[in-house]
Amino acid sequence: MRGGAAPPAAPFHMRLIFLLCVLVASPAYALDREAVAKLAFGDNDQKIEAISALVAEGDPQALAVLARFAEGEVEVDGKKVEVVINNRLRGAAGDALAGLRLLAPERALRAAAAKELATGADASMLPLVKKALEKETDADIRPLLELVAASMQMKSGDKAQRLAAIGMLGESTSPNSKTLLAEAARDADEEIRAEAQKSLRAVEGRLAWGEHLGLLFAGVSLGSILLLAALGLAITYGLLGVINMAHGELIMIGAYTTYVVQVFFRHTGFFDWYLLAAVPASFVVAAAVGMILERVVIRWLYGRPLETLLATWGISLMLIQLVRTLFGAQNVQVENPAFMSGGIQVLSNVVLPWSRVMIIVFAGLVLSGMWLLLTRTRLGLFVRGVTQNRAMASCVGVPTARVDTWAFGLGSGIAGLAGCALSQLGNVGPDLGQGYIVDSFLVVVFGGVGQLAGTVYAALTLGFANKFLEAWSGAVLAKIALLVFIIVFIQRRPQGLFALKGRSAEA
Amino acid sequence: MTRLYGAKGWIALGLAALLIAVLPLYLSSYWVTLLGKIMCYAIVAIAMDLIWGYCGILSLGHGLFFALGGYAMGMYLMRQIGREGQYQSDLPDFMVFLDWKQLPWQWWNTDQFWWAMLLVVAVPGLLALVFGYFAFRSRVKGVYFSIITQALTFAAMLLFFRNATGFGGNNGFTDFKRILGFTITSPETRAALFAVTGAVLIGTLLLARWIVTSKLGRVLTAIRDAETRAAFCGYDTVHYKVAVFTLSAVICGIAGALYVPQVGIINPSEMSPANSIEIAIWVALGGRGTLIGPILGAGVVNGAKSFFTQAFPEYWLYFLGLIFILATLFLPRGIAGFAQRLKARRA
Repeated sequence: MRGGAAPPAAPFHMRLIFLLCVLVASPAYALDREAVAKLAFGDNDQKIEAISALVAEGDPQALAVLARFAEGEVEVDGKKVEVVINNRLRGAAGDALAGLRLLAPERALRAAAAKELATGADASMLPLVKKALEKETDADIRPLLELVAASMQMKSGDKAQRLAAIGMLGESTSPNSKTLLAEAARDADEEIRAEAQKSLRAVEGRLAWGEHLGLLFAGVSLGSILLLAALGLAITYGLLGVINMAHGELIMIGAYTTYVVQVFFRHTGFFDWYLLAAVPASFVVAAAVGMILERVVIRWLYGRPLETLLATWGISLMLIQLVRTLFGAQNVQVENPAFMSGGIQVLSNVVLPWSRVMIIVFAGLVLSGMWLLLTRTRLGLFVRGVTQNRAMASCVGVPTARVDTWAFGLGSGIAGLAGCALSQLGNVGPDLGQGYIVDSFLVVVFGGVGQLAGTVYAALTLGFANKFLEAWSGAVLAKIALLVFIIVFIQRRPQGLFALKGRSAEA
Repeated sequence: MTRLYGAKGWIALGLAALLIAVLPLYLSSYWVTLLGKIMCYAIVAIAMDLIWGYCGILSLGHGLFFALGGYAMGMYLMRQIGREGQYQSDLPDFMVFLDWKQLPWQWWNTDQFWWAMLLVVAVPGLLALVFGYFAFRSRVKGVYFSIITQALTFAAMLLFFRNATGFGGNNGFTDFKRILGFTITSPETRAALFAVTGAVLIGTLLLARWIVTSKLGRVLTAIRDAETRAAFCGYDTVHYKVAVFTLSAVICGIAGALYVPQVGIINPSEMSPANSIEIAIWVALGGRGTLIGPILGAGVVNGAKSFFTQAFPEYWLYFLGLIFILATLFLPRGIAGFAQRLKARRA
């Protein structure tokens, strides 16, 4: 069952280095020989100096020397010398390589190098970036380089340069410049502080829209995930009244089914289409497991909810261990198909990842499918009938026992679908389900039992609330605040947001 | 006296007390620790039986109360380390590591044993009192109560995982050196802790037995079997439920305080929802509403746990899962109920 992982392709820059080494096979004597010697024999400070010297020349051949240096090798007078590279040297060499690549003739190389430097590079690269700016004509790369230059100038000691840089950063829309400006806004120098604050406000104003939008999207995304996790539970708990603590493990089974399908597809050439097979497969497998559980265990415990809770907890423990035995305790890797990676760039600081967009759509589809099933089919009619009045439904000929099994299978299958969706977002491991069980129960209880609409509203509300609180107080505190809120809420309104009306004293 | 147990019962209890006093002299320290740990769990099981077996309320927050008692004791033990920690500071090591300069407010006076003991009882008790009052007043019951107590436990676990909460984050408390001035790892201290735990276990059993045979116990059973009817008879069921929930939480806190010095560590994973559910299975396996049964259940499950996790670690979860399923399906009244039935058949 275990799929042999394909050997990872060499990262792009490694291949590049190899290529360059082949091309520039002749020793780099045209270079500053003294610098090369320092690179080989000097102490770490001298080595850094040498790197700067090589970079300053801007010679394309320096690229090859530095690339080999980063690998731990320097060629002096035709002899190979091994050097020890520590993190500091590796960082300096990496920056230098990116800087040198800014001058490369290929556009793609230059763009990649500019992006790499934009994530934060040492200020010593500034001359090189300026040199590149002089030559650069590409409309995409130029603004990026200007930003890089500005953020490097920010770190320089010269006040006039810093002020100019602050002005320039004020016109950008990148979150990076915001952090830089925020730093400068606490500067000791009065003038710089004022300028930085002005620029910061401008950038923040431009970024604010994006941030709100991003937060909104994150909320919907989390809401859709909670909805997927809780929908199955809304059937098994809401309609059948079964506390299924193994619900999370059914989600986990769906995720592992997706993994297995993906392994089968890996060598077929239709890898990108594996989700088409994984979605029904995860539904069927989880539903089958659920129906077996219902027949073997849960059926004997109807009407004894606390016992059901314990028995299904036992089932969940066994399922976790079973998956550990079959697939190992480590997480397995589920690769996204190509169309799920990347995202839509809406604003400069908002990227909506395709995988999350897809899951929102998927949750919508599952929800409408379930609604159709419950309101437009005979099985749905029976399920609703049994929910409302089991004895009466039985009297008019509904096979209640069989309906229970099917309904439980449906709820479990939807849990499997949730697992398939979750496998596209994060790690798939034996404990995957445990993280969702508390959340999904709270969604169902918060929304009100026996109501699909309630579950939907509850999932979205909790998704938004979680993300907005998170932005404000951090992830853990947000989670705690929400749990406390729901605990208090249930005490005020035990029947949930939406309640079936009744007159019983046992409401 | 005779209301609690018959002559045979008292003799059995006396023998058990004698055994607890003598055992540590003949057992290796491994066994003393293991049995001491199991006795702590047995105390928790009695507390759980009081509320679940006799009052029908399945609380999934008992792991939290247990851990709170443990943390209160842990704070005292941390302060007892004094300057013998790795950093030779007055502050506990993890605070030095976090670069804190003084004790946070929660730690006030925790170097005093009496204050720590007060916390052991008061913190779980107050939490249960407040939480229980609001929950029972709004008639949260059955599975709903289980779910919100589980949510409470989960929230507390997340809170204790944070370093900023001031209780050592992930690692919790460990590396204790002394209790009341005695070296914590010496055989004499271990034997004393064992004896104290045994005494508390027997005391708890007698207290619980006294409660369930009193009028209070009758009302609790009535609430379990027909709460609405008991309320219509004029009993304020909320007060009864809050009282038994609080008492149960306090007992759990004491058990936790006895557990920590014997095991030598307390961390937030003690609060994981799984632990609280495991407590329920001790009671279910032993037999709800029997008091003796849950002690047996705690012993059987935890004995099996330490056997399996050493001999066949990969099969432990299968075994535990099977206990959960089989006990609920085939032993609705637990081992104790099964034994009673066998006896009745023979008679």
